[in-house]
Amino acid sequence: MTIPNDIAITPALVADHRLKPDEYQKILDLIGRTPTYTELGIFSAMWNEHCSYKSSKKWLKTLPMTGPRVIQGPGENAGVVDIGDGQAVVFKMESHNHPSFIEPYQGAGTGMGGILRDVFTMGARPVAAMNALRFGAVDHEKTQHLVSGVVAGIGGYANAFGVPTVGGEVEFDASYNGNILVNAFAAGLADIDKIFLSEAKGVGLPVVYLGAKTGRDGVGGAIMASAEFGDDIEEKRPTVQIGDPFTEKRLLEACLELMATGAVIAIQDMGAAGLTCSAVEMGAKGNLGIELNLDMVPVRETNMTPYEMMLSESQERMLMVLHPDKEAVARAVFVKWELDFATVGKTTDDLRFRVIWQGDEVANLPIKELGDEAPEYDRPWTQANPAPGLAAGDVPQMDIADALLKLIGGHQIASRRWVYEQYDTMIQGNSVQRPGGDAGVIRVDGHSTKGLAFTSDVNPRYCQADPYEGGKQAVAEAWRNLTATGAEPLAATDNLNFGNPERPEIMSQLVHAIKGIGEACLALDFPIVSGNVSLYNETNGQGILPTPTIGGVGLLPDWAGMAHIGFAAENQAILLVGAPDLRGTHLGQSIYLRDLFNRRDGAAPHVDLPHERRTGDFVRKLIRSGVVTACHDLSDGGLGIALAEMAVASGIGARIERLEGQDPILQYFGEDQGRYLITVNLDPHGDAMKSLWAEAKTLGIFCPSIGTTGGADLVLGAARPVSIADLKAAHERWFPDFMASAAD
Amino acid sequence: MKSAVIVFPGLNRDRDMIAALTKVSGTAPAIVWHQDTDLPDVDLIVIPGGFSYGDYLRCGAIAARSPIMDRVRERADKGVKVLGVCNGFQILIEAGLLPGALMRNTSLKFVCREVKLEITNTNTAFTSGYAQGQIIRCPVAHHDGNYFADSETLDRLSGEGQIAFRYAEDTNPNGSLRDIAGILNAGKNVLGLMPHPENLIEAAHGGTDGRALFSGLLDEAA
Repeated sequence: MTIPNDIAITPALVADHRLKPDEYQKILDLIGRTPTYTELGIFSAMWNEHCSYKSSKKWLKTLPMTGPRVIQGPGENAGVVDIGDGQAVVFKMESHNHPSFIEPYQGAGTGMGGILRDVFTMGARPVAAMNALRFGAVDHEKTQHLVSGVVAGIGGYANAFGVPTVGGEVEFDASYNGNILVNAFAAGLADIDKIFLSEAKGVGLPVVYLGAKTGRDGVGGAIMASAEFGDDIEEKRPTVQIGDPFTEKRLLEACLELMATGAVIAIQDMGAAGLTCSAVEMGAKGNLGIELNLDMVPVRETNMTPYEMMLSESQERMLMVLHPDKEAVARAVFVKWELDFATVGKTTDDLRFRVIWQGDEVANLPIKELGDEAPEYDRPWTQANPAPGLAAGDVPQMDIADALLKLIGGHQIASRRWVYEQYDTMIQGNSVQRPGGDAGVIRVDGHSTKGLAFTSDVNPRYCQADPYEGGKQAVAEAWRNLTATGAEPLAATDNLNFGNPERPEIMSQLVHAIKGIGEACLALDFPIVSGNVSLYNETNGQGILPTPTIGGVGLLPDWAGMAHIGFAAENQAILLVGAPDLRGTHLGQSIYLRDLFNRRDGAAPHVDLPHERRTGDFVRKLIRSGVVTACHDLSDGGLGIALAEMAVASGIGARIERLEGQDPILQYFGEDQGRYLITVNLDPHGDAMKSLWAEAKTLGIFCPSIGTTGGADLVLGAARPVSIADLKAAHERWFPDFMASAAD
Repeated sequence: MKSAVIVFPGLNRDRDMIAALTKVSGTAPAIVWHQDTDLPDVDLIVIPGGFSYGDYLRCGAIAARSPIMDRVRERADKGVKVLGVCNGFQILIEAGLLPGALMRNTSLKFVCREVKLEITNTNTAFTSGYAQGQIIRCPVAHHDGNYFADSETLDRLSGEGQIAFRYAEDTNPNGSLRDIAGILNAGKNVLGLMPHPENLIEAAHGGTDGRALFSGLLDEAA
């Protein structure tokens, strides 16, 4: 089947391209005539939410995006941050939610492929990956199938490509039943003076197509990603791209080899909206026109129309502007790696985007308006309506030991080993902290001591109850997780997953979450340097929990001095740093309420940003001074779960002293923010400990000694002791049992 | 001591292997691209891990038919030591340099974790740095490491001391028959194994149990 270019443009066809009548009118005003069919496709691809950020741009601009270490903020393929010694870390997180729901293996795999390409397009060799996954309820009929497919798809791509997966998240909630989230993160290393950008420079220079051939897969993928799901979802399967990590790996090596020759002026990977988006971005950013001759595009299917070629999302493709005198050198590199290389166009000085096919001009559009001057909306949003707090004294009771075992063996807290053992976590030989701790850590190749820490965080429960506090909390938790290894948090990437922004209550979530994120980033000197927005995450009008995932990156001057979560030795004092006087007080939106009492009420916990900053800086300083032997931040499940995780990770128990006058449920399962547990190698009655406490007091940080490590049990005050063996068994059992139950 | 690392498109632990050889011997190995027609004169040829040709057709099948493998076979016949790790092991089997087959893991999943290995024959250039029966830690990372051969072949491998490594302490990650993790050819100069000793040679790797395999080889060749 071929689609001719002379199809009449009807209102129905415009609607099928998800262009609103006012947007179509804007097109008519802009070009002064009816667009061709190919042009309509190009507009729909460039002006959809996924490529244009038309609903979110106004708010994204408010985020802190600069800092002394930031070399490149949002707007390029990935953010770039200075890590000293002439090196930079290049990173970004991006969603592939809709494709992964339709076809989990290919959807998740190509999500990984896309983010890796974003990183090496900038000239960086990928050195770490993470993925934040959110699935439907554990008892939903599709959940195991989707978990199995997504995990295998990510592994299938990242393992073959050869990047270690160092961290991530897996969560379950019924709001994702019809719309899972697959957020993929990648980071690479580059020399600061060898960063490549997408901005074309110079007129009349060759535009070169590299990589895999163009097929019909993924035609219209970006448009799909900007639509809600209905019951016709199965019909959308052909819009999912098919990944080939073997080609991607060759493309990586070929691109890095080519960049080293000095031939590359500008480079852009073909991701969403493929050839269209990459060509328009290169031209628009460089204030240049681009002319493409589609007859030169390597294709793998016959009779492809210009519409299909321009909208194909075939994977593993790149577009570059090359120095004309180095074309032969460049071609030789690609021949060596057995990849396609074709000169498909040139840069022009007329600011037009022109597409030639079989001698005809099938598109001739103003490039700036297609690209960086696309429409922008100020969508209406409702005022914030945070969930009210719990009534005083509303503390449902349960036996502490029972609650601890249920939570650590429940779907929220249980070990993710089943997932991460399907990922290659040690390839490249630099993974010094693998999944299971607060953050993944790699050592920096070519440096004797430097390390990089990575984490991915968001708490959608809190964001649902209070998008503003939830946005703050996501940033603070990422910052905290990096700090807990001893790393200095450098910068973050945000992957904002929300429902339909045309609904004011959803737009309100987006606006307030971004406000919270911005405020926290500012207070913590933790700028956003790249990101991605995924809207319309709805099925049949039911939106997901607001999920602004934050990927954080931190720097360790010496990875050998980093902290781990496991207790290091017996008889060491356990300090709770940053806690309120009663250790824990906040039960609203906790895992304790949700998973043990099926309650989703109460306010989200408040994040006190100045206190967060002081506490984190204090903990990091203690880690770097060498007195800290283990460190873990408190998050889901509070103090009880954090202690249990530290015990399970080491096989060493702990005895926590009873605190009089406080309900132990609040103490052990409250989810108050800004808290860390540390163990120290100090004499509890010695001078060093006294000076530690004196410093904390000066800083206004409460850090009581709450107990001692040792033994084979975890003893929480007066509660029944729980053996580490039982905790570990419960922790490890849930995921394999859950996945095995799918076969029944 | 001279070594060479053969690189096929799609391999991805070549850099890990090159780093390990360089760190242990102090000398970087020669890098041989699969289209190169001649192989330098070396004492050790290494085929590292990864996904040569995307594991398409069968793991290692396409690389095994590459012309450079004829050169490797000639050197192996002359007694030059050849080491294949993970995909390298699969390639050596597909090339007929080692017997048997490596099938999909019984879990049908990729598995990356640390296992225990028993050194079952120390009387080889590859394993002389270990003690007989020694148990070492070693990481694995593969989808198709399930060693299979008919029982006659398995008996011969056992009888002739051609099994170099076995998974120990119930850590067999893939269903390999007789817990086989690594085997030798009859001449004991070709070794293939699924685990990755190159990822456990320094403190940053969390241990150095893999190092003796390389130091043993390099010492002997020095």
